[in-house]
Amino acid sequence: MQMPSPKSRRWGDSLFRGLTFLAALGMIGLVMVIAVQLIRGSQLAFTHFGLGFVTGSRWDPVHGAFGSLPLVYGTIVSSLIALLIAVPLSLGIAIYLAELAPHWVRTPVSFLVELLAAIPSVVYGLWGVFVLVPLVRTALEPFLQRTLGWLPFFQGTYYGFGMLAAGIILAIMIIPTISAVSREVLLAVPNSQREAMLALGATRWETIKMAVLPYGRSGILGAVILGLGRAIGETMAVTMVIGNRPQISPSVFELAQTIASIIANEFSEAFDELHLSALVMAGLVLFVVTLLLNILARLLVWRVARAPEGVTRE
Amino acid sequence: MDTRLLVEDFSAWYGQTQAVKNVTLPVYASQVTAIIGPSGCGKSTFIRCLNRLHEVIPGTRTRGRVLLDGQNIYDDKVDPAEIRRRVGMVFQKPNPFPTMSIFDNVAAGLRVHGLPPGTTAEEVVEKSLKMVGLWDEVADRLQDSGVSLSGGQQQRLCIARALAVEPEVLLMDEPCSALDPVSTLKIEELIKGLKEKYTIVIVTHNMHQAARVADYTAFFLNGQLIEYGVTSDIFTNPRDQRTEDYITGRFG
Repeated sequence: MQMPSPKSRRWGDSLFRGLTFLAALGMIGLVMVIAVQLIRGSQLAFTHFGLGFVTGSRWDPVHGAFGSLPLVYGTIVSSLIALLIAVPLSLGIAIYLAELAPHWVRTPVSFLVELLAAIPSVVYGLWGVFVLVPLVRTALEPFLQRTLGWLPFFQGTYYGFGMLAAGIILAIMIIPTISAVSREVLLAVPNSQREAMLALGATRWETIKMAVLPYGRSGILGAVILGLGRAIGETMAVTMVIGNRPQISPSVFELAQTIASIIANEFSEAFDELHLSALVMAGLVLFVVTLLLNILARLLVWRVARAPEGVTRE
Repeated sequence: MDTRLLVEDFSAWYGQTQAVKNVTLPVYASQVTAIIGPSGCGKSTFIRCLNRLHEVIPGTRTRGRVLLDGQNIYDDKVDPAEIRRRVGMVFQKPNPFPTMSIFDNVAAGLRVHGLPPGTTAEEVVEKSLKMVGLWDEVADRLQDSGVSLSGGQQQRLCIARALAVEPEVLLMDEPCSALDPVSTLKIEELIKGLKEKYTIVIVTHNMHQAARVADYTAFFLNGQLIEYGVTSDIFTNPRDQRTEDYITGRFG
């Protein structure tokens, strides 16, 4: 066998390093290009409205008023509703699949959960319009108003369409992500941790609660952030069920609007320069909101991962 | 001498593979019993059966009886979690809970079982850490993470954690195999000190360790108990040729 000379091996090493470095650099470049493009495109809107674009609460293309606060509100609230529903369900799925399910259940159910992630969002949207929205209007919203109607969140007319429907559809869309990643995280918890807890006389549930979940908490938080990222940027399914009215209302029954869905909705009809520029600036706001949330999430993961004091990871 | 654990005609399987074959063996109270034998002889599986930990691995099964103070721990009415409280265990690799502080690690079992009447968590934690000789080393940093300690300290922390729930028997599955000689010596001294209060069963692949710490020694080979007796007899005057071959280093 022909052995490579030491020199050519060293050369291959630096070539490999150079290539991977370029790939990493390309990633940074891509983000920069997007940011620059968004900033340039939103110049006109910025000179017109300044910071009022972010604080203004009226979005009215016909009268040339563009305030994106209702869109930011809609984006964040719909995503929070999604998390509220999806996180407990996903954790339940992940715990069952990783810790409790017998083998013959584990594989097919895991497969089905991951299949959910592969359904195109427009299909979710269609299902939302024809199944979810009527269900929300005729059953869920009346029920919520009867039981929790004294809260400001559950008041007003039932449209079916609106913030609640958007939150639910988003929840269904992010459950596969959160549960699949959490399941992997739980499966990666070493058995020695489970056995340590079991050997103290803990039950299965106590073992999961006290040893398995704490060990995997930063990974689970990462899974939740991944789901949040998907919910914030989701466009098609949300557009189809949220009602597309940019307004701020405490009630989740009300119609609402998100940044992603208003861009998709109005981009094809935005003929005057200012409207177009306002949509690009909305995109910039979404970019910044996502960035801020990710930084916040990073900090949270970092904090959770290093507590308690003086931790050295295994 | 009191018999704390009596293993009767006990067998254990992983799927189709039989790891423990018809073992009968008494474990005497307040004595250290060592289980020795070559790798794969079933000694680890055997002690995992003494606190019903073998059964948590899917596809395993057991047959036979293990009497703890006369009560069969494999009886249908027995709660395995309660057995595991009474029969504590320390593992090969130190496995403190990395997200818990030193204090919380020792107190972990108390959070499950509650405190003994008339005590506080602080008292129990201090007492347990003193028993393993770790108190002086960690008293001023109880809130540090359990994994900030050295390997030997971590293993003693795990022993303290097991002792905190006041077991009657302490199982040790090669507790020194991941430790340096100095830490090993400390653990061995500790074992000798603990046997007054606890019945100890220790698995070891190190024959010298068995000779140093154990009052009784059992030699396992291919899942079978070959020979069992007072440690000095096993090492100086083995009855079975296979035992002699093993302890003189002819195999294993």
